[in-house]
Amino acid sequence: MEFILCLSDYLIPLAVFYIVTFGVLMKRPVYDDFVEGAKEGARTVLRVFPTLTGLMAGVGVLRASGFLDAAAGALGRWTRAVGLPPQLLPVAVAKLFSSGAATGLALDIFRTYGPDSRLGLAASLMLSSTETVFYTMSIYFLSVNVKKTRYTLPGALLATFAGIAASVFLAGRM
Amino acid sequence: MLNYIWAFMIMIGILWAIIHGRAAALTQGLLDSAADAVSLCITMLGVVSMWSGILKIGERSGLVDRLAGRMEPVLHFLFPDLPREHPARRSIAVNMIANILGLGWAATPAGLQAMKELKELEEERGAGKSVAARGMPAPLPGTASREMCTFLIINISSLQLIPVNMIAYRGQYGSAAPAAIVGPAIAATAVSTLTAVLFCRFMCRGGRR
Repeated sequence: MEFILCLSDYLIPLAVFYIVTFGVLMKRPVYDDFVEGAKEGARTVLRVFPTLTGLMAGVGVLRASGFLDAAAGALGRWTRAVGLPPQLLPVAVAKLFSSGAATGLALDIFRTYGPDSRLGLAASLMLSSTETVFYTMSIYFLSVNVKKTRYTLPGALLATFAGIAASVFLAGRM
Repeated sequence: MLNYIWAFMIMIGILWAIIHGRAAALTQGLLDSAADAVSLCITMLGVVSMWSGILKIGERSGLVDRLAGRMEPVLHFLFPDLPREHPARRSIAVNMIANILGLGWAATPAGLQAMKELKELEEERGAGKSVAARGMPAPLPGTASREMCTFLIINISSLQLIPVNMIAYRGQYGSAAPAAIVGPAIAATAVSTLTAVLFCRFMCRGGRR
């Protein structure tokens, strides 16, 4: 665990150093490239702003209505049996379909319990280690007209469950 | 899909609030979320621009191509039946590297290209060119090939090394150490990807393509 947490401190500085050095060695105008990329990044954020607003409003309504608490209370009995805090179940389910919806729910957990709480850490890790299973499968398979996806879905779900289990486990040890 | 999810969230939330007499809190909740979205986007504007700029340097200097070239042993392990010189190898490698680096916009086109090439490979196999001799049954149209299944399962197991957006979200909500999740996130991603690899290898052992 020590090593893993140490990685957190060093990985980003090292990655930035590596990429910039690589760019300089390849004789690229690195700052011009950076500015170009930063422009694209800014455009991306502005493009997702309406989506994010909509999803945060949706989650805000669920939270303020008391539905999320009620759902967590009702689901708790089953999810606790497999070791998953009930508040994380909506995040996990939403992530199968939509990254944005899952992000909205995770942000709600940050606001309600704090990003450094056990729930906040687990939600952070879950979203970082899983993908939108159904969304990705539909885009990729539709593009080649494949309807019989054979063992893709079981495999993808198994990997997702493994990621969720690892997230909850690691969050308890941070 | 989102249309249903979103409508479900709004409708259930409002009905629930009315039944439980929380209509006033609901209005406040809506306004608060909208305000939150704005401040979050301001933070994200900085972080995402910064990171996209750094990644652009990597992309322009050919880092993705360089790293994709080193994926050969991995591809050999994951796709034992994929012919040596097949163009899908390249697309798969670029897709994986782009996913590892978090270049979503570069990953998807390469991934779709890989699917197209895998489909062409499957059609060649159907025509009996390469595999008939090995006694494999002809593939059915509209059915995923073994390579497609492996590729997508690995893809969906999540490969991203540095979850930059998540770090920014955490910072926005007052985390004392927003980036502390990087190491554990890599560990969790390794667990999910390893599970995916084992599953695919297990499924590949059977004779059916």
